[in-house]
Amino acid sequence: MSDFKEITLQGLWKNNPALVQLLGLCPLLAVSASVVNALGLGLATMAVLTSSNLVVSLIRNQVTDAIRLPAFVMIIASLTTCVELLMQGFTYELYEILGIFIPLIVTNCVILGRADAFASKNGVLASAWDGFTMSLGFTLVLVLLGGIRELIGQGTLFNQMELLFGPVAAHWKIVVFHNYPGFLFAVLPPGAFVALGLLISLKNIIDRHLKERAAQAHTHTDTASTGSKRVRVTGHVE
Amino acid sequence: MIHASSPFTHKPISTSQVMQTVLLATLPGLATLTWFFGWGSLIQLVIASVTALVCEAAIMKLRKRPVSFYLKDASALVTAWLLALSLPGYAPWWLTVLGTAFAIIFAKQLYGGMGYNPFNPAMIGYALLLIALPVPMTQWAASANLTTPPSFAEGLHLIFQGSLALPDAITSATPLDVIRHKGSLTNEEVWQHNADLNSAWPTWIWLSLSWVLGGLYMLYRRVITWHIPVSLLAALLIISGLFYAGDTSNFSSPIFHLMAGATMFGAFFIATDPVTAATSNKGKLIYGAGIGILLYVIRTWGNYPDAMAFGVLLMNLAAPFLDYYTQPRTYGHKKARRGLPKKG
Repeated sequence: MSDFKEITLQGLWKNNPALVQLLGLCPLLAVSASVVNALGLGLATMAVLTSSNLVVSLIRNQVTDAIRLPAFVMIIASLTTCVELLMQGFTYELYEILGIFIPLIVTNCVILGRADAFASKNGVLASAWDGFTMSLGFTLVLVLLGGIRELIGQGTLFNQMELLFGPVAAHWKIVVFHNYPGFLFAVLPPGAFVALGLLISLKNIIDRHLKERAAQAHTHTDTASTGSKRVRVTGHVE
Repeated sequence: MIHASSPFTHKPISTSQVMQTVLLATLPGLATLTWFFGWGSLIQLVIASVTALVCEAAIMKLRKRPVSFYLKDASALVTAWLLALSLPGYAPWWLTVLGTAFAIIFAKQLYGGMGYNPFNPAMIGYALLLIALPVPMTQWAASANLTTPPSFAEGLHLIFQGSLALPDAITSATPLDVIRHKGSLTNEEVWQHNADLNSAWPTWIWLSLSWVLGGLYMLYRRVITWHIPVSLLAALLIISGLFYAGDTSNFSSPIFHLMAGATMFGAFFIATDPVTAATSNKGKLIYGAGIGILLYVIRTWGNYPDAMAFGVLLMNLAAPFLDYYTQPRTYGHKKARRGLPKKG
């Protein structure tokens, strides 16, 4: 089971798609202006990534290397269409708000990245778990970013949650600052970049702190750093 | 001609001397602002200076750099002053604090501090405020020609306890605002019927002339060179002149564009920032002209009445490329290097 623990840790923290791999930045920055938008797209991405990893892992031995990428994209596209139709059926207003970013889940690099890097080489259960934790890590950052931007931009939290959870959620809205004049910068794309940058730096601070603590605990460390070959990462991808 | 006797040694001026000269050069403009609009700008100046010094010191402490050394170079003060002078005089105090803090922490220190910032920090602060809080950022106090400006105590009250929207009695649309929202009227009609515009206009001419005075002082002290202001103003003059010649009732005159809004302040104080502008002389000419053209284009066809901040920030982006393609000929080489060295 330590394997599954490691997968969880990778997806949620060490190799977080949004904070370390910087994958899927387009939807991450575009739809994180409020919690409900962020959660909506996050859940849709989770559904697609978990099921696509599962299906890709199932067919990994039948598909030859030469055509594996087109095959993966076809699978991801079909699953995204399913999610899109489901959202159109059950959460129509949110579907309208998220608009083009739902079909664009197909092009989210996290999904193809995990299919190629993990699901095509690992068993079904591990692959599905990897898809779930990776997309959970992505969704958590997305919701956090949505919360920060909604709070600073509009002074509220959980506004319009009924779009996602039905009429029950209509009174979930928390007005944090009364008579807030609004801070448009946070709602616009530059605010998303600044907020994501701050989140990444916060993660790096925590990592450094943990490392120092570990170094103090074990005076002799023999960890050989396996640096990533990818250029655009904010930490060591293992 | 100055006949100096030998030895002809040259002592380069230090960063803090440069910065102090800039601060000194803003004084005529500050005096004119205070004369026509009351004490607002002076109060904003104090708020911004304190914020900038506190933020600079805090970040320097976090970065484990010598605090007093960097505070003494006065670059944070210059950023604070330039931002405070661009803000409406009676904006709420937290707006100035927010803009200055963002300028120092995000636009300057996160990029590596003094000398490393690609964008003009004061203009980043200004653009942030303009985009995020358009209401207080577009409320300019009325000129003394229209109404008595608030007293010092009233100014303090407006800044520290006032609401977001200033009382109508003490605000007035700037000339650029009036022209921006002239609707279907022609220029002639606006100037004929808008009494406020006519009586406030001399204020803006005086203000622009005071910025020019400060700019000439900086030129005399060789803190800036003539290239950027001259090319900026010339480009603005030419492009506005061309359109004005084509249709005088739709486009404003070149004199209006030169004297209105932030043109002179920007040309001498903002665009000439040595860190974020192009460095080669030819590069500076192109850089200045680019700002002049952008200023005209955004003022005439854009959403905002004035565009100095956006013009400067957009050309800041282009400055590294301009420097790359306008390197001067170095001694011992026949031709100047342009772009990438040729292979082989």
